[in-house]
Amino acid sequence: MGISTMVGARVKRREDPRLIIGNASYTDDMQMVGQLYMSFVRSQYGHANIKSINIAAAKASPGVRGVYIGQDMMDVNPLPSGIPGPDYRAISIGQVKYVGDIIAVVVGESRAAAVDGAELVVVDYEELPAVIDVEEAAKGLPVQLYPNFANNVGFVHDMGNDVSEAFANAEVVLEQKFMHQRLSSNPMETRSVLAEWKKGDQTLTLWTSNQNPHLLRTWLGAVMNLPEHVIRVVAPEVGGGFGPKITIYREEVIACWIARKLGHPVKWSETRSEHLTATSQGRGQQDYVKIAATKEGVVTGLDIVGYCDMGAYHTIFTPLLPVFTGLIINGVYAIPACHYKCYNVLTNKTPTDAYRGAGRPEAILMIERMMDLLAIELNMDPTEVRRKNFIKNEQFPYSSPMGLVYDSGDYATNMDKAKQIFGYDEMRKMQADAQAKGRYVGIGVSTYMEICGLGPSVAVPTGRGWDSASVRFDPNGKVTVATGVSPHGQGQETTFSQIIADELGIPYEDITVKHGDTANTPVGNGTYGSRGLAVGGPAILLACETIREKGKKIAGFMMEASAEDIIFEEGKFSVKGTPGKSVTIQEVAAKSYTGANMFGQIEPGLEATRFFEPGNLVFPFGTHISAIEIDANTGEVSFLKYVAVDDCGKQISPLLVEGQVHGGIAQGIGQALYEEIVYDSAGQLISGTLMDYTVPTATELPHYDLDSTVTPTWVNPLGAKGVGEAGTVGSTPCVVNAVMDALKSTGIKEIVMPLRPEKLWRAINGK
Amino acid sequence: MKRTVTLTVNGTTYQRDVEPRTLLVHFLRDDLGLTGTHIGCDTSQCGACTVMLNGKSIKSCTSFAVQAIGAEITTIEGLADGDVLHPLQDGFWEEHGLQCGYCTPGMILSSLQLLQRNPNPSEEEIRKGIEGNLCRCTGYQNIVKAVQHAAAKMAEVKV
Repeated sequence: MGISTMVGARVKRREDPRLIIGNASYTDDMQMVGQLYMSFVRSQYGHANIKSINIAAAKASPGVRGVYIGQDMMDVNPLPSGIPGPDYRAISIGQVKYVGDIIAVVVGESRAAAVDGAELVVVDYEELPAVIDVEEAAKGLPVQLYPNFANNVGFVHDMGNDVSEAFANAEVVLEQKFMHQRLSSNPMETRSVLAEWKKGDQTLTLWTSNQNPHLLRTWLGAVMNLPEHVIRVVAPEVGGGFGPKITIYREEVIACWIARKLGHPVKWSETRSEHLTATSQGRGQQDYVKIAATKEGVVTGLDIVGYCDMGAYHTIFTPLLPVFTGLIINGVYAIPACHYKCYNVLTNKTPTDAYRGAGRPEAILMIERMMDLLAIELNMDPTEVRRKNFIKNEQFPYSSPMGLVYDSGDYATNMDKAKQIFGYDEMRKMQADAQAKGRYVGIGVSTYMEICGLGPSVAVPTGRGWDSASVRFDPNGKVTVATGVSPHGQGQETTFSQIIADELGIPYEDITVKHGDTANTPVGNGTYGSRGLAVGGPAILLACETIREKGKKIAGFMMEASAEDIIFEEGKFSVKGTPGKSVTIQEVAAKSYTGANMFGQIEPGLEATRFFEPGNLVFPFGTHISAIEIDANTGEVSFLKYVAVDDCGKQISPLLVEGQVHGGIAQGIGQALYEEIVYDSAGQLISGTLMDYTVPTATELPHYDLDSTVTPTWVNPLGAKGVGEAGTVGSTPCVVNAVMDALKSTGIKEIVMPLRPEKLWRAINGK
Repeated sequence: MKRTVTLTVNGTTYQRDVEPRTLLVHFLRDDLGLTGTHIGCDTSQCGACTVMLNGKSIKSCTSFAVQAIGAEITTIEGLADGDVLHPLQDGFWEEHGLQCGYCTPGMILSSLQLLQRNPNPSEEEIRKGIEGNLCRCTGYQNIVKAVQHAAAKMAEVKV
């Protein structure tokens, strides 16, 4: 609509002023009169019977207002899940199933009173054998955790087509096992909740650090036996999410229950150590991968058997993460025969759930590693093996053997651009020279794709894949927008304002975007699965379209012309064929509220609420290439170069796209080299603080050279695909491939991630 | 037994009675209502709670409020000169040095200490200088640019 000035521009974020002066309101920043605090008594064992709980001393502790155990909360239902699992009650009764499992809650008048009280609760445990190794667990060993889940298997996924012929006729067959270690998301803001029950109104408000308040409201209503209209959920400023803030948590339910029971607002803010046990973790898969290929390097078949570690319970996405893996096991390659079978295994660990990439990084790591192994086997360049197998441009929309329709792609052009920027051929020469001198220099490539924009309603576990927007002209001609998505760092106050400024021809500064509060936004589904722009954005477009249509009627009235003869351009309505005569959209907005002589014919007001249901998923892609060197004396990896050329379709905010890619790469490198949740065989969490769990610092991460190609999607009218998870999906295999390339002379085919110095030193020194 | 803590934060003198075990970060946030200083961990790893105490950056989760009696403290709320942003605040905004914003106050104060000690740091020195502060969103690249931006601007002001 008119000349696009904001869309595609590198604009500074409008979120930032409040954040850089310390004026934002995260959940823990809020204090209410009469506010109480919760502290939890959590299991110190991975698996144990609770023989007794003595709460007498805690109850008598100064400032303690209540102590509650599982039996007190039988009036709330177990937590929901995408596929039914074991009953996950707000507080465990009789048995604990993971370190951090909730045994009791203590409510105090201050944070200190609550913590002091919790320390006085005496729990008598009887330790039981812990189920840790997923393959042993799937044989029912050492014990079966739940009577109704034979051999600890919660569900079995079986996807794809018949691969037997491909393997029977294969000239080359390669097999490899891969481990995708458990990770902790570690947003810098841990979870935090504040609940208030208004007795007079019988209404509940929950402020919580969450990615999708409307979905949470639906789940909370079901758990609490409350109708949704009496519940308000607010995600205020949220300090990062990365997936684990999608699901509903026990602490949210308990806070609501206590607020209602005691008639006081109640708050809890997770400590970092709690976060590492109580917040869902990511990944946790291991897979046996087999590919069939011709001697020329054409992959003809792919077969994977996997075990996915659910942890002790299913939360919302837990049991469905393997589906996201299975759907894209072939990655960017036209492999005709593909099969994926995955056992969902229940263990004595914290439940897993979505973490940046959620199932897709696992798939891409495997196929990208196999491409490198095939290149070694056939003595080919890794980029040439990839090129040989790419889905060709003319094959789009591409119907994959796993049942997806890939929207659009141009993989070869993208890879060639990355190679050119990287200086691939020269870097290979440099590598050869360095290796000749005994240095361990490696170059790694990954050509990835992923699934984004969740995404048609049939494809998401909630059945709610659409999103919404309300766009309203205020009487003074400024615009208030409410979105159903819930950004928490992505910057959609900026992105959506850019879109609206262009669509309505108004100044960017005249727009306010509201989000994250079920009381003042249309029902929506939040920000996850790289869907904020790809699904929330088109809803904004639709709402602007409705506004323009109504505006034409009003402008027609004002200029005594038929609405059909009105055209809209750059913020002005004019009559076709009558140059010079026009009214601004601001004048139209004012008229919509003050046009007393018009309201007999045209309803007052100028606002629209629209919903967008995408017709398909979207499939961003890209090429990451890195060069690394391993210090033979210490095993440490240093980066020589990192190039990422991503294609997320049309870019609305290029600056923000780059930021998303930077952060995504950082987390992917974290998985490749540093991060790991570790449990011992008794189920004890070894990596329980940030002293033991390595979140990479600025010194561990490289400078990233970014560029992009632009292949728009036809799935939504913006042509945008989504970029939140892309960097994470592309970077892990890129770095692992580089490290393994550096170690090629050792003949070692695979090292389990994270590729820490000790492991690499051993590989180099044969120890 | 409560203790009386008197200290100056961002130019204002405050007096409160607190339990001796009260951490400085809780004192700033809960007792003074200065919630721009954040809490991100419980082992002094993340740096979200960084403030300036008598001109030196410290992690305020690792100090008791009573240890700061008589101190002059600067938090993120006190960094701008009225409505004029500090060059570091400006740099973070200009260079997209933040996303969720949670680490930002601590990151800015650590960067301030860095630039006070080394007004013209290299990329490597910046990365080393903010090593005690974790960011999970940005991958640090734009934070490095933000600090470079501020360094250039602060050098201009001096000339």
